[in-house]
Amino acid sequence: MNTNNTRITLAHGEGARATRELITNRILTRFDNEHLRQLSDATQLDVASDRIAMTTDSFVVSPMIFPGGDIGSMAVYGTVNDLAVSGAVPRWLSLALIIEEGLELSILDKILDSIASAAERCGVVIVTGDTKVVPRGAADGIFINTTGIGELNSSVIAGPRSIRAGDLLIVSGPIGRHGIAVLSAREELALEPPPQSDSAPLHNSVACLRKNVGEAVKAIRDATRGGVSAVLHEWATECNLTMQLDETRIPITDDVRGASELLGLDPLYIANEGTMVIAVDPAAEAEALAALRSIPESHNAVVIGRVTARKVSPVTIQRMLGVEQPVDEPTGALLPRIC
Amino acid sequence: MKYIDEYRDPQRARLLIAEIRSRASQRWVLMEVCGGQTHSLLRHGIAEELRNDIELIHGPGCPVCVTPAAAIDLAQSIAMQPKTTLVSFGDMVRVPGTQSSLLEIRTRGGSTKTVYSPLDAVELARRNRNEHYVFFAVGFETTAPATALAVLQADQLGLTNFSILVAHVRVQPAMEAILRSPNNRVQAFLAAGHVCTVAGFESYSDLSKKMDTPIVVTGFEPLDLLEGILACVIQLENGQYSVENRYARCAVEAGNIEAQQVIDRVYEVADRPWRGLGEIANGGYILKHKWQRFDAAHRFAHLQNESTLPIIDLENECQAAEVLSGRLRPTECSAFGKECTPDLPLGAPMVSSEGACAAYFRFGPKETVLSQGNQH
Repeated sequence: MNTNNTRITLAHGEGARATRELITNRILTRFDNEHLRQLSDATQLDVASDRIAMTTDSFVVSPMIFPGGDIGSMAVYGTVNDLAVSGAVPRWLSLALIIEEGLELSILDKILDSIASAAERCGVVIVTGDTKVVPRGAADGIFINTTGIGELNSSVIAGPRSIRAGDLLIVSGPIGRHGIAVLSAREELALEPPPQSDSAPLHNSVACLRKNVGEAVKAIRDATRGGVSAVLHEWATECNLTMQLDETRIPITDDVRGASELLGLDPLYIANEGTMVIAVDPAAEAEALAALRSIPESHNAVVIGRVTARKVSPVTIQRMLGVEQPVDEPTGALLPRIC
Repeated sequence: MKYIDEYRDPQRARLLIAEIRSRASQRWVLMEVCGGQTHSLLRHGIAEELRNDIELIHGPGCPVCVTPAAAIDLAQSIAMQPKTTLVSFGDMVRVPGTQSSLLEIRTRGGSTKTVYSPLDAVELARRNRNEHYVFFAVGFETTAPATALAVLQADQLGLTNFSILVAHVRVQPAMEAILRSPNNRVQAFLAAGHVCTVAGFESYSDLSKKMDTPIVVTGFEPLDLLEGILACVIQLENGQYSVENRYARCAVEAGNIEAQQVIDRVYEVADRPWRGLGEIANGGYILKHKWQRFDAAHRFAHLQNESTLPIIDLENECQAAEVLSGRLRPTECSAFGKECTPDLPLGAPMVSSEGACAAYFRFGPKETVLSQGNQH
């Protein structure tokens, strides 16, 4: 019965003593706050602003722990970023764990530690939660759902419909790092040094950007699944203009570039977990870049293209010889289970 | 980035383009053999830039495109067997056979897995002895050493739950078949650099002499391709035809002897059908008799021609044969970008990362941008 002491069993999910021990010894110790401590069915929140923003996301990334991050911190940053790019100040999170029978408790502890420090880094409080255990094979280690609530204090970001021809497209850092990090960890590609995920919170970058250039920010999106290409295709559809990229200006780290060349992937389609695309008024270029670069999570921000009148293709890229080509919409599951 | 940027320098590319233009007295017809070269020519805008100076015909060097539909059908039937997993390269899973693709088979309960190396399939078999793993061995001389190594490794480990479905093809016989076809228009070849890295290019000399055709061993980066094109043009203009190595940083005349030895231990050359091109003499590899216990075609012979699915003959709608032999440009196909897209491909050239149709769909010149744009 030794395994019962080191691994999750179905008993941990049955609501009896093992469940209570799991919650009091492993969860409350890490996330202790007035809301959780009550262990009530629903918690009450005092909201200062008139409007709130709410979002939810589930995380099933495989492997659970990868270079540059893990499923725990990702579950916090992913939801925080969805709130941040909507213009909300992230405040509260729910945390639901679906754990596979047999998961090592040491791994669970590591993931819970990671969630706790990520929440602290983002200034969000985990106010409610749930834990389920499913039989071996019904999940893969651990699946996590987080729902986030943020307060909308300042004006809402105008959104992609406000984008005009001439606006500039900025990325907050080198692209494709998360997808490549997870892929090379999962497929044991043995790249040296292992590529690191960009998994990080963007709330400080968004706040600083908006404080400094305000209304000049037209739209912001974190470029997760489908990468930068997916974001630009959505925007092009919304504003009925063309997003024109300059290949030579797109920041790509050497490890991502090397791995992409090796595997035949295009970083434009590869997922990020801490990198966003921003459309800004060209008059605010210098201030926007300065604001972003003053925050560690976006200190490599650069302009990668501009918005033009609508051409036949919604997204295009200028190649090395100056030839302009269409950028396709991402199709299919290029890299499954990366988030 | 080293090994990439020095071969993508726009200034040097423009100089080479200018030299090609000044040397070419007519619009010579060149075939780049490999689909990887096709993608690079289109992706970097070289085909577009040279469109009035050189006619580039896209060759059959797309392994998944030329894998016979019957082999894909058999792979699908194998994937549906209990306690059996079909393991393949990622490129293969979306390619339609006569009725469906491996991806669709998975939604019907078939077991498939994609890997980057055939040795991963051996490792799966080693770890899980209750399941039989079949590796779908496709590709040219480039992938054959790795699949041969997988067989040798499985033998060394004494595995009885591993086999391979061999659909390997050889490049040179296909080049010869193209030159000998009655309506051939190809005047010079950009030979596939990576295939030469393994197989060498000694044997191209005879072909070049016999057929009075320049064969230039060419890499995949923009400057590699432009240098290969320039070398072809110079030979054609001088009326002197030979084999020339413009990929010297990787390929040597004798090739990779060790890799060839591994191939020889496991495979023998045989006549093989190419999808779209038909039977090609000495056009591929089969397992040597002594490795029959690893031969999935033998083990699952009872599944050949067996099908419970409705027959929809995709071959009728797809003009892949014309495209693969260079008689039809992808954009000239009436289904291009309409009934046939990478999402819903009618044939393999629209699926693969080396397929000519997929290359035109993704990076095509302006008139294709137009038809593609209309889809959105």
